[in-house]
Amino acid sequence: MSEFELDARNTLCPMPVIKTQNKIAELSPGDVLRVVCTDPGALNDIPAWCRINGHTVLHTEEHGDEVSVIIEVGDA
Amino acid sequence: MSAEKPRQRKAVALISGGLDSLLAAKLMLEQGIHVEGINFFTGFCVEGHTHAIRKKDKAKPKRNNALWSAEQLGIKLHIIDIIEEYKDVVINPKHGYGANMNPCLDCKIFMVGKAKQWMEENGFDFIITGEVVGQRPMSQRKDLLPVVVRESGADDRLLRPLCAKNLAPTLPEREGWVDRDKLLDFSGRNRKPQMALAKQFGFEDYASPAGGCCFLTDENYSRKLVDLWTAHNRKDYELDDIMLLKVGRHIRPRPHFKLIVSREEGENKFLTGYKKQFTAIETESCPGPLTLVDGEVSDEDLTLAARIATRFSKGRNDDSVTVKVTRQNGEQLSLEVPPMPASEIKQEWYV
Repeated sequence: MSEFELDARNTLCPMPVIKTQNKIAELSPGDVLRVVCTDPGALNDIPAWCRINGHTVLHTEEHGDEVSVIIEVGDA
Repeated sequence: MSAEKPRQRKAVALISGGLDSLLAAKLMLEQGIHVEGINFFTGFCVEGHTHAIRKKDKAKPKRNNALWSAEQLGIKLHIIDIIEEYKDVVINPKHGYGANMNPCLDCKIFMVGKAKQWMEENGFDFIITGEVVGQRPMSQRKDLLPVVVRESGADDRLLRPLCAKNLAPTLPEREGWVDRDKLLDFSGRNRKPQMALAKQFGFEDYASPAGGCCFLTDENYSRKLVDLWTAHNRKDYELDDIMLLKVGRHIRPRPHFKLIVSREEGENKFLTGYKKQFTAIETESCPGPLTLVDGEVSDEDLTLAARIATRFSKGRNDDSVTVKVTRQNGEQLSLEVPPMPASEIKQEWYV
């Protein structure tokens, strides 16, 4: 298991979702990815994308103008 | 001896986030087809953006309707960034534009063509869309549906479950992968059959965008895009250009520059991310909007820009307002200007 970070700041949905999707395609099951965004819509869209594609959202955070979604990559 | 069980066929569904594509995919799932969704991001998608930008929309739930549709269906959704390739569709549509700058027929051909490519790369058997004969004036006219089939290269692997009975049988029907008798015969602009089917499937709270899901069908947006091309003297754009057309008041007092004036806090925050790419005007002596100046401006132009920008500040009725101007190279200066009276801001300056 490895940990990764993805910078999706200053992009609007669905770009944070697309960036997450493309990054996860490079990762292995069990890897953990932290996605950092400035569009608060990502707090809804990334978890929705994870639910339908078999990945687990471990945690979400809001800090100032940024939000983070921490994802464990699933087997799908 | 029993016959070998036929393998489960796979369909890729174009999912827009609207009701029709949701229903079309559901009909295939009901027939035991493995369905995965594909959704294209062109840069002009209404989905999400306005929610992210505008503070006043924050009370509404933020939801990407394509993701919502996929979740209702229990299928995977692949969102594909086609921003670069899509430029050619918008700039040089072979079949022309609709009422505004919407190249709907070329767009459909392009998207079905991309879906065909995805189908082949991922070992899928056919493509489905939520198209309905006669529902839209440009892309879903009965005489134009075959154009999409032909020019996308999808040929008879393109199935439209909602109106298939009005069309010739496609490969999935002829091969018995799907039962044609269970497909539908919807046509025209009446939405009642779709709404009844949604109720039957238990779908509630689905999206029903009046003008579709694309900014190019919007008259105001299209006017701003044409203005951009006229000012740049070429039909071209970058993603930032078309994002900024969604935000703020656009005012062009001179052919060589325009102002983008934020209308509220959400837009202010969004435009702040673009400050380094433009000359920025911010009020200092009173609260006011962030204004970006797009174009090369002289000192005289800057004064004009500042007078217009301060018109939208709290100091609009003051004798003068102090503004901080930050040029693209980081150089800063302070200007004291009388806000322009509303009567002097010409209507034709508003893009």
